[in-house]
Amino acid sequence: MPVLFYISSAIAIIATIMVITRYEPIHALLYLVVSFMAVSMIFLSVGAPFVAVLEVILYAGAIIVLFIFVVMMLNLGSVTAVQEKQWLKPKVWVGPSVLTLLLLVELIILLFRGSNTDMSMPPVEVKRVSLTLYREYIIAVELAGFLLMAGVVGAAHIGKHTKKHLHRFLQEEKPTIADLPDNRSEIPIEKDKKELAEPVV
Amino acid sequence: MISHVRTIWLTFLHLFTKKVTIEYPEEKVKLHPRWRGRIVLTKDPDGGERCVGCYLCAAACPVDCIALQATEDENGRRYPEFFRINFSRCIFCGFCEEACPTYAIQLIPDFEMGEYNRQNLVFEKEDLLINSEGKYPGYNFYKVAGINAGVKGKGEGEQEEAPVDIHSLLP
Amino acid sequence: MTVMQHIWIVLGVLFVLLNIAAGLIWVERRMLALWQDRLGPNRAGPFGILIVLADTLKLFFKEDWIPPFADKWIFITAPAIVVGTVLLSFVIIPFAPNIVVADLNIGLLFFLAMSSLAVYSIVLGGWASNNKYALLGGMRGASQMIAYEVFMGLSLMGVVMLTGSFKLSDIVAAQKDMWFCIKQPVGLVVFFIAGIAETHRLPFDIPESESELVAGYHSEYSGMKFGMFFIGEYLGITLISAMTTTIFFGGWLGPFLPPWLWFFIKTFAFIMFFILLRASLPRPRYDQLMEYGWKLLLPLVLLNLLITGAIALWIRG
Repeated sequence: MPVLFYISSAIAIIATIMVITRYEPIHALLYLVVSFMAVSMIFLSVGAPFVAVLEVILYAGAIIVLFIFVVMMLNLGSVTAVQEKQWLKPKVWVGPSVLTLLLLVELIILLFRGSNTDMSMPPVEVKRVSLTLYREYIIAVELAGFLLMAGVVGAAHIGKHTKKHLHRFLQEEKPTIADLPDNRSEIPIEKDKKELAEPVV
Repeated sequence: MISHVRTIWLTFLHLFTKKVTIEYPEEKVKLHPRWRGRIVLTKDPDGGERCVGCYLCAAACPVDCIALQATEDENGRRYPEFFRINFSRCIFCGFCEEACPTYAIQLIPDFEMGEYNRQNLVFEKEDLLINSEGKYPGYNFYKVAGINAGVKGKGEGEQEEAPVDIHSLLP
Repeated sequence: MTVMQHIWIVLGVLFVLLNIAAGLIWVERRMLALWQDRLGPNRAGPFGILIVLADTLKLFFKEDWIPPFADKWIFITAPAIVVGTVLLSFVIIPFAPNIVVADLNIGLLFFLAMSSLAVYSIVLGGWASNNKYALLGGMRGASQMIAYEVFMGLSLMGVVMLTGSFKLSDIVAAQKDMWFCIKQPVGLVVFFIAGIAETHRLPFDIPESESELVAGYHSEYSGMKFGMFFIGEYLGITLISAMTTTIFFGGWLGPFLPPWLWFFIKTFAFIMFFILLRASLPRPRYDQLMEYGWKLLLPLVLLNLLITGAIALWIRG
């Protein structure tokens, strides 16, 4: 099992580096998918199959697809690349990088000092996961539910629009003149009628 | 929803209906007698060519696929010296048949004329001429025409009066 | 089970599946023709079955062209993803009591994960082609498949509640007395509809609707790459049929005949139903499809889940 763990973590790290360095956004997202799958393999190798599968279903299967969807619609070109280059100044990235490096150093120290516990654990049953979720962490689950509900309501509000008729023949009633942006159209119609009427009289 | 299920069921029942496919090479398509297919030159009941080389078919042809050259035999009967139809051009519109004053050129119900070599689609007179009267049996142009071309003398045709003797003084 | 036996099972399943997928070319054309009062391909070989061989040969000898404007590597990867994910999904299906590649504890979730990964083949195929019709097809495919994945997952949860396990062999064993199609009729209908949308078969073939989008996401594909999409689609049909059989129709359970034959017969019946749907129903509009999914299927399946849970709790006391 440790072999599988190390292989998948190496893949995860390499894929994440590729995500950062890719020029084309779609390629970066694809490497992100690979990274997620490697993380899911890590979960599987340490005995958490439920989380591993959820990682694939939710992250790789739904969220990244939505990302790709958006990127496909945005049609990012060279202009955005230039813009991004302007935004990415040393002032912006030095601070986070230093902090992250500190974290990395800490992690390495911990790795070498830590006790050598056996990594292979008994697989966590789905039943146990759900019991833990809905007994001990019920409040967290409910709060997450609230948050998601708020998201759904917000999306519904943004997406709401007045119903548009697909074809002019399907409209129930014609817009009256008062509904038009200005009332100027009323006058020419009257004038036309008079002009038509005059020769007859 | 019910209409969807009904649609599916009705489509399923088509499994047991008679199929409309005609399995062609074994089972021939039934063609109507006036079907416009391969062009032929017919003969009159006496075995002579009906074509008199009037060029009307060539003139009527919208794609100019008919070529012929008229000539006369010793009796003064006109016939085509050569008659050539390029079937790779022909659109089987039947205008030539309508234009023909002597029912010589006819379109028959036959479409099996595929060739591997394009040049083989140029039909000469020997290929076009069939030993049949086609759709108008019994018709002989020179029997009803006024001229003498070795078929009958002047004024001997059906419903034809004898020629007027212009030297006679009688009315 | 020894390692050798395992390898034999894997090879056998792969062989049978790929042959079924290829054979479906002939079956589908023949059945469609019969339902449309025609005869279909009946010349090559007995009953025209060699049309499969002819079609495959044709696909192999076609020019395998990659458009110069396409994103080459993604273009090549996309068709492989669909076949790969669908074949991986077959890993968990118990064809008979002992014929299963890997009877995972999380079998059903694994199936859902693989079917959610299959979206990538359409999205990437559509995007990499760099063609507006392909892109439109890819986008339609992505939203359709993500949406219907939700209902697919939720419709199976009722069965999971009744069984108490994600393991497919357990689910089959739980149907010894009564098939789940009687206990979970709503789940069955929603699962099957979601399955059609997930394999983007007619009448839900909106990502590749010929009359609007040329050929949708695979407009630019030719040769064996197109063939992979083709085979992937047939494998998808087989997969959904096999899953329906396993989850709702008792899998290999059945009297008299050997278990694998029962499984085969049931699966084949559903494949036939897929083809019958293609022959009979027209394609809905894209927004109709989405509305149908979110406004009808989602409440239905949630209600089903609620009622199933309540009844299961009530029975257990």
